[in-house]
Amino acid sequence: MHLQARKWVDEWLGGLGAVTLLAREAVTSLCTLRVAWRDLLYQVYFAGVKSQSVVLITGAFTGMVLGAQTYFQFHKVKMDTATLAVVGVSMCSELGPVLTGLMVAGRVGAAIAAEIGTMRVTEQIDALRTLATHPVDYLVVPRLTALHVAMPLLAGEAMAMGIGAGYLVGVYLLGIDPVYLWKNMLRYTEVADVAVGLIKSVVFGGIIALIGCYKGMTCGEGAEGVGRATTEAVVYSSITILITNFFMTLSLGHLLHSP
Amino acid sequence: MIEVCELRRGFGSHMILDGVSFRIEKGESVVIIGRSGSGKSVLLKHLIGLLKPSAGKVLIDGENIVPMNERQLLRVRRKFGMLFQGAALFDSMTVAENVGFAFRRERSLPEREIARKVREALEMVELPGIEHRRPSELSGGMRKRVGLARAIIYQPQIVLYDEPTTGLDPVVSDSIDKLIARVRDCLDVTTVVVTHDMRSARRLGQRILMLHEKRIYTSGSGEEIFASTDPVIRRFIDGVSDPKELMF
Repeated sequence: MHLQARKWVDEWLGGLGAVTLLAREAVTSLCTLRVAWRDLLYQVYFAGVKSQSVVLITGAFTGMVLGAQTYFQFHKVKMDTATLAVVGVSMCSELGPVLTGLMVAGRVGAAIAAEIGTMRVTEQIDALRTLATHPVDYLVVPRLTALHVAMPLLAGEAMAMGIGAGYLVGVYLLGIDPVYLWKNMLRYTEVADVAVGLIKSVVFGGIIALIGCYKGMTCGEGAEGVGRATTEAVVYSSITILITNFFMTLSLGHLLHSP
Repeated sequence: MIEVCELRRGFGSHMILDGVSFRIEKGESVVIIGRSGSGKSVLLKHLIGLLKPSAGKVLIDGENIVPMNERQLLRVRRKFGMLFQGAALFDSMTVAENVGFAFRRERSLPEREIARKVREALEMVELPGIEHRRPSELSGGMRKRVGLARAIIYQPQIVLYDEPTTGLDPVVSDSIDKLIARVRDCLDVTTVVVTHDMRSARRLGQRILMLHEKRIYTSGSGEEIFASTDPVIRRFIDGVSDPKELMF
């Protein structure tokens, strides 16, 4: 049992170190502008444009459910018009970036790990290296940059959708006064909440890209190896997003909300 | 010139190569033979720095590539072209994009010039006019030819072939062998072929190295190796299994 735990900690620390080295290599490559712009544009399209439907649906239904649940509780204490304020703050600072991160981890992180993993087992990554191309320049940097660009845009869409859907539910289904509902939302949802959400989403984009690329580049042999790498990329990205979110909430809360 | 000195490499506790040493001169055509799992492909990947040895040196034109990092190795790899066992074509690209990949990445040539070089390379491997096809639309032999076109397009000094005829029928294998010989003669490149196909070895090897029990067991000209009476070499060339090794 003790040995098992030690092995698990060793592997976890080893993986963390390897992802950090991968991040350093990617940043070095980015600084030297060895980016393939065409690949970058394609990745922005794949990670950003093609993820929109998933993210919009997630944002809309989360906003609606949150609005309804908040109303059910607030109605007991006659605070109906504060419903959208709760939805606004929650969607902007927490639910928007986190749910977008989880959905993108499932869609894009899995695709990154599967694609790069397949390239690894079919020796395409070795072929890249023989053609004097660094795999980090060609595979990691475009995906990392694309997710850094796409994630805040997607999170912004999820926030707006969530608030809009919450407003519609509040006004048309629950019968809350629209003017006070909107006014209170604007009063309590600050620019800092939106900023926290966007900063988080940039960090989550980096986590998804780096873990997806790392899992793909180090995947085991054969279809089983690719399958495992894909699953691990989604699971590890999701867990890392949730853990990072807690620490970012504390640190950004102190930084941006301190009087 | 390639020189390998006391190369050792294992995977986990299992040692694959244990003290491999040899030297390949510029312009030479060398075939490395050995049984499946004897470490031929592993050895080949060490020559281009795709794998790092546990110990030993790999000298390319007098420069030890073992301590180099991935970025430093990119410079050395410009001297090499490599044909992989499964061709390793990028399946998301067309044939033209595969073959012209190195030039497009370097952005050193205009698009029209790259297209001309791609056309010439495809003509060299006798596959003209397939620029717009996808790798999935090609047969095994065609994929290897495209892989070879990609390896030779920027005129490397050394071309490495990893099992170039594996999985191909005898007629296609023969055409690939002839192609390798033609590339060697036309481009005057150093050629290193890893194979267990004895017909390819006889045809392509000015010198043959045999890898056996983790070391270079023998080295000699094609005639010497094929006329050898050594039981290990003989069994391998004639394709006769050792009764003691049979597992039931």
